[in-house]
Amino acid sequence: MDNLIVQMVNENQETLRMNWLKEVNLFKEKELAGMMTTFKFNEETDQQFFEMLIKHINYYDISKDGTLDQFFDQVLHTGLPLSYLTQGLQAARRVILNLLVETEKDKEKLAALYREIDRWLDPILNRVVENSSQIWEKTVSIQKTALLELSAPLIPVFKNISVMPLIGSIDTERAKLIMENLLNGVIKYRSEVVLIDITGVPVVDTMVAHHIIQAADAVRLLGSTCILVGIRPEIAQTIVSLGIDLSLFPTKSTLQKGMENALEITNQQLISNK
Amino acid sequence: MDIQSCVEVRNEWDIVSARQLGRNMAKELGFGNVDQARITTAISELARNIYLYAGRGKICIEPIDQLGRKGLRIVALDNGPGIREIRKVMEDGYTTSGGLGAGLPGVKRLMDEFSIESTVDVGTEISATKWLR
Repeated sequence: MDNLIVQMVNENQETLRMNWLKEVNLFKEKELAGMMTTFKFNEETDQQFFEMLIKHINYYDISKDGTLDQFFDQVLHTGLPLSYLTQGLQAARRVILNLLVETEKDKEKLAALYREIDRWLDPILNRVVENSSQIWEKTVSIQKTALLELSAPLIPVFKNISVMPLIGSIDTERAKLIMENLLNGVIKYRSEVVLIDITGVPVVDTMVAHHIIQAADAVRLLGSTCILVGIRPEIAQTIVSLGIDLSLFPTKSTLQKGMENALEITNQQLISNK
Repeated sequence: MDIQSCVEVRNEWDIVSARQLGRNMAKELGFGNVDQARITTAISELARNIYLYAGRGKICIEPIDQLGRKGLRIVALDNGPGIREIRKVMEDGYTTSGGLGAGLPGVKRLMDEFSIESTVDVGTEISATKWLR
């Protein structure tokens, strides 16, 4: 860092702080006015933020030793938006540049100082963006695995009867998983009848229907029967409008009716113990 | 009431958000359960076609009001390869992707009005309307 800048920043620390806070507060007002959710900004964080920037100028690169990461975590933890950090950094750049323009009149030197400031601020900005995108990527991948885990379990209920409840939208990845779990489960539990329950599937379009038909067909090849249950009236109507032929395998409106049918097929009976 | 909302379709998850947007608007307009399901299914088909054949495009959904007659219009736009044989595409069971081939004729049956315009190598615009009864 150019000595001139360090010296100037230190001499004018209070003016810089005032100007910076003014800019940051302006941003906060705008943010609070425009956003639906309100953030709890506090002055302590502002002070810390500024001290950190001063430290960055005077002593060491805070994007490398974890100081920045720590602060970043703290900011997100208190529920402040990412834009608070980026705007704060940009505000710092503005106030320091303003001060430089006032003190340094030589154009070439000024340009050099500009570049110096850029070199100084860019790594922190990069780090902030990197950090936040990493956090998002991590969250998304965690949610993805969580989603896959509850994706398509096959549950053995009675002897030779299993149920696969499907909940939520079905995309290509899930469809593959459904097929795999279904076929593996049929072998593992020696299921003669499998009930696929689509009560929790919001939309049955041609793709979803196609996947279900394929799965049922594959189950049939293994010598078992697949019963589609949980067809809501509105879904039944859309399936008919779409012209999808589901006559190849039995369907029932509810899981209960399907289960009665399954017990019949496997020659079992539920006897109440009265 | 001419607030038009659009959803960019680039991956499978966008299909879900297009569907949700459609369902919410249909609900707001006062469509019944069955028509809501019809509208969301139609959006699902159109969005999936964009994803499968064009790669990217958008689904726009707008409430319409013609002389007091209310309805909902879905417009699917893409700059994909276009459809060579529209007549064939509108036949049941015709597919180039190994699907059921029920998508577009299905959408036509699910909705009240349907129009399709496509130019090879330029793109496709499909518009479908459902009237509120």
